[in-house]
Amino acid sequence: MIEVLSSGALNLVQDLGRPGCMAIGVSRSGAMDAPALMIANWLVGNHENAAGLEVNIFPFRFKAECELRISCTGAHCALSVDGRPVPSWTCLEIRAGQQVVVERPSLGVRAYLAFSGGIDSPVHLGSRATDLKAGFGGFEGRGLNRGDRLVLLPQSLTLECRAILPLERAQHAEALRRQQVTVRAIAAAQAETFSSVSLDLFYSTPYEVTPQANRVGYRLQGQPLRTLEPIELLSHGIAPGTVQVPPAGQPIVQLAEANTCGGYPKIATVLDCDLWRLAQAGVGCSIHFKPISVAEGIEALTQHRVALANIQRHLGAGPSA
Amino acid sequence: MRELDSIVDSPAVELLFNPSGCGAVLVDSRHPVFSASVQRQFFSLARALEADQQVSEVVLGVNNVLVIFDPVVSSPWAIEQLIKRLWLHPDALSSSPRLVEIPVIYGGEAGEDLAMLAEHAGLSMEQWIKCHSNATYEVACIGSMPGFAYMTGLPAELAQPRRASPRAQLAKGTVIIGGTQAGVMPCTAPSGWHAVGHTDVDLFDIQRQQPCLLLPGDQVRFLLREEVS
Repeated sequence: MIEVLSSGALNLVQDLGRPGCMAIGVSRSGAMDAPALMIANWLVGNHENAAGLEVNIFPFRFKAECELRISCTGAHCALSVDGRPVPSWTCLEIRAGQQVVVERPSLGVRAYLAFSGGIDSPVHLGSRATDLKAGFGGFEGRGLNRGDRLVLLPQSLTLECRAILPLERAQHAEALRRQQVTVRAIAAAQAETFSSVSLDLFYSTPYEVTPQANRVGYRLQGQPLRTLEPIELLSHGIAPGTVQVPPAGQPIVQLAEANTCGGYPKIATVLDCDLWRLAQAGVGCSIHFKPISVAEGIEALTQHRVALANIQRHLGAGPSA
Repeated sequence: MRELDSIVDSPAVELLFNPSGCGAVLVDSRHPVFSASVQRQFFSLARALEADQQVSEVVLGVNNVLVIFDPVVSSPWAIEQLIKRLWLHPDALSSSPRLVEIPVIYGGEAGEDLAMLAEHAGLSMEQWIKCHSNATYEVACIGSMPGFAYMTGLPAELAQPRRASPRAQLAKGTVIIGGTQAGVMPCTAPSGWHAVGHTDVDLFDIQRQQPCLLLPGDQVRFLLREEVS
């Protein structure tokens, strides 16, 4: 068990999400930076899909009520145990009564905490993830408050404690430092209905993350994009990563808690395995869209999985179930 | 030798395939306006795709369907072929539609747009209610909010464009119309649709075995319920 000592209302219990439920209007949900949660889980010997915490509001403080292992990944945050600085991306042994603080990140926006065993929140529709919009899952369907107590599942694994910082993360830190993040995108259904000037602008000029950026989606601001003529679409399913362009011409990237249905023209879809890069881009960060083909996307996804499998092996976490 | 007459379902509607990333394809009909019969073809297609091992998720829209798969396991090309095959040869077994009745208390605070809608339609409130509750609706798809059913079948004279600016909050259970569609709020959320009444029927309850009450293809009737004081 852990007790929350201080938290913002947007700190959430998340796993890898709730796939297969968009057909009943339920969003994917889950960690915005999914690979960070997977690695955090492997570091403490959990299955990658175990429920951990997505920390969006800092500082976050908790007290361990039993001996446990934790790890913190994702955004670059100063981390301390009873006031003593400790490293992120590492398995940490915590004793009962010790207090852990995750400070505001110097780079990135979301930190992930994994706890040995994983958080024992109720499973709804196959997942422990919090669905804030519908108010279920996670901890009572809401963000964490001071005084909340999270029960952990038992874990008997006695893995050796290891640390890791994936190369990709070090590279992305540099991109975040420069506030210039590049994501790969595949042309979507209405791409051809945009003027060639607009398509050119979309792929060659930066789009800045506005303050209207949350788990539902990011509204971006840049050179306005125009379709050749007004487009009326019937409602259709939209997957996370979809870049919609409402009539005002500023793109919106749909993310973990996106509405399952939408009607705006879609110019592109951000590659699934690049969504974590967006998830760590804060307000004011410039986003560059790099066009790729479907075949290149599949190749990139394959490489992404190989890289994660290598990390998993390195951490001795064994193949996933 | 005389050529055999082949019996072929004539699929008047051609499909349009667009990638939605590398692991999803959006399948649209080329038909530009909503067609109830095309929607029924999509019901069959969605059911058949849900049963296929290669497909991980099927999201039915209005005259379209989003099909999600693992592109490392199944190529987008293979999925497209699968969809084309299922579209041409839909499952002959189509179950008869389910009828779901939703009792409604019309008007009052929960149905504050009723007077305005009746006036726009040139009807009395009683006539408007009668027309709304005499119609049979069909669930086209579920989406936007957990359990929210987009229903077609709103009598044309009751149609009314959505509000210019959405309400920040519309209460769970509010019976609504928007454009030519009808619906019920499954949870309290923003909405640009018009409020005509209230129902106690819960469209989405995570505690139920099947959280979502309505499914695509279901028929719905709104029953006039008198307020019990």
